[in-house]
Amino acid sequence: MPDLDKELRARRDSGRKLLIPYLMGGMTDDWPQTLAAVVAAGADAVEVGIPFSDPIIDGPVIQEAGLRSLTRGTVPQEVLDGIAGAESPVPVAVMTYYNIVFRAGHKRMARSLAAAGVSGAIIPDLPIEEIDPWAAEADGAGIATVLLVAPSSPPDRVERICARARGFVYAVARMAVTGERGDLGNDLTKVVERIRNCTDMPICVGIGVSTPAQAAEVCEVADGVVVGSALVRRLLEGEGPDGAAAFVGSLRDAIS
Amino acid sequence: MSGDSLMGRPGADGRFGEFGGRFVPEALMPACLELEKWFDDAWADPAFRAELDGLLRHYGGRPTPVTECGRLSERLGVRVLLKREDLAHTGSHKLNNVVGQALLTKRMGKGRMIAETGAGQHGVASATAAALFGLECTVFMGEVDTKRQELNVFRMELLGAEVRSVTSGSRTLKDAVNEAMREWVASVDTTHYCLGSVMGPHPFPYMVRQLQSVVGEEARAQCRDVLDGSDPDVVVACIGGGSNAAGTFAGFVDTGARLVGVEAAGGAAITNGIPGVLHGMHSRLLQDEAGQILEAESISAGLDYPGLGPEHAHLAAIGRAEYSTATDDEVLEAFRLLSHTEGIIPALESAHAVAWVARTAGTPALPPGSTVLITLSGRGDKDVAQVREIFGRGRDA
Repeated sequence: MPDLDKELRARRDSGRKLLIPYLMGGMTDDWPQTLAAVVAAGADAVEVGIPFSDPIIDGPVIQEAGLRSLTRGTVPQEVLDGIAGAESPVPVAVMTYYNIVFRAGHKRMARSLAAAGVSGAIIPDLPIEEIDPWAAEADGAGIATVLLVAPSSPPDRVERICARARGFVYAVARMAVTGERGDLGNDLTKVVERIRNCTDMPICVGIGVSTPAQAAEVCEVADGVVVGSALVRRLLEGEGPDGAAAFVGSLRDAIS
Repeated sequence: MSGDSLMGRPGADGRFGEFGGRFVPEALMPACLELEKWFDDAWADPAFRAELDGLLRHYGGRPTPVTECGRLSERLGVRVLLKREDLAHTGSHKLNNVVGQALLTKRMGKGRMIAETGAGQHGVASATAAALFGLECTVFMGEVDTKRQELNVFRMELLGAEVRSVTSGSRTLKDAVNEAMREWVASVDTTHYCLGSVMGPHPFPYMVRQLQSVVGEEARAQCRDVLDGSDPDVVVACIGGGSNAAGTFAGFVDTGARLVGVEAAGGAAITNGIPGVLHGMHSRLLQDEAGQILEAESISAGLDYPGLGPEHAHLAAIGRAEYSTATDDEVLEAFRLLSHTEGIIPALESAHAVAWVARTAGTPALPPGSTVLITLSGRGDKDVAQVREIFGRGRDA
């Protein structure tokens, strides 16, 4: 599996801005084709959600996507099988909640991710205080645990988070749950600067980044952008792999 | 790690034995860490404690009495005492917690509280405290619960709170907590999340237990008055998240009394749950093999929760407390039994504790002649319409 940190660093250092679209695993029959389509449209990595019944950091769109996936009977291993089958040429990171990892067992989950060719994991309800048992297994299996920095994170925490982060640092653009927003808010520059002071890892910004114009604005200060709800909403509305590719292509064009 | 002392302070990581902790998004971690400091500081401040005690006494109606149940004791063959939280202002033990957290909200310089509610008792108590202190208040309540507890929705609105109906997931208590957490992320600078039970991320399970320990401390002294200096053989309380039980147990954990928590049969996180992580805590949860949380199902909205507080999971693990269940039918019988024999209509939640006593009285679990204290966590006025409808469907009241 591709190394998330090396891949993203190499692309950034070549002058490219990083684009990481988010998809909900298992939401439709053709979601692995959607994964392939967004890669072809210019994604540098893809974030794939493993649905959880109680997604406390997600807004209505991702909630609905998770519910739709669970209603179809999706279990975590099916999402991993879909990722493995897609044979993505760029790194894939899964995003899920800690109970899914805890229930499987840290070692078993880390091995399952590696076996599926997954490069990274984002577990937003697992703060640095609680991360060690998981991180030890993830590191051992070569899974990069991506950590989030929020506008509320004081500088000393940002330093500790950056020291423990692998792959890239996920900068939370605003104090909010996931979802589309009309603007980027006022916290973006501050958060990115705090992270930049602590690490030279790639910094990608997510939460509320909804349009090509916003993605371009983000990339003026950060290394890249994560776009979730704006893409997932289109998929919920019935757009398939082609529609997803068109939207991701428009983001790619905007950030170059 | 610590939390080894019985119902003492959890470890620095917020653990009671292996349970507890802080599993929240990074955005909320600073708020949880700050809240712990604010609470520690306030709890050690005699002026804060005096203000809280004064409010609970002069506004909340404390101390609540312990009532000896003559006719019920005769019927069951065990001596039954009730700790009467139903007589506290707003009709349940919930006010103890919210008055403390509302004081803390002001101390932190925040002007707004949010809360989740199941049956509406915590929502009503939160709205009450918010009105008393001039705070803004938003209460999240599952859509299913807004329907079965319509009157409590109106009460909260009458008290000046905004009630937001939650339509995600199972539309009950668990989803109300999800929505309150989401709102907290978006408003943490100005807003305190007034969690209603001994659950959630540290410091909530510890803080809420401390604020509810007044129930157990009063009850122990009152029981000793009635029982010539001795303690009850058994102390029983119902458990959803587990705050009235935690407050009660805190007063008896260092005595010889057996401690019994009674969960709803359809939401029995100790009996049927598996260790996991939800709502910021590591505890026991109803969940499937993949780790998806299952929906609890109970006649009482307040116990419709697929987990319980981490300290209860710990007390069960070390064997200091026992946990049992009561079915909806047993609960309805107990609701009627206490009403008929003592002239006290209990909340359906509290009726779970009564149901356990009624079922086990005279068996080895509660031998004849035992003395048992039941924390009657709330009054049943809110449930009368619902029970009437159920009895009307083929039962004679």
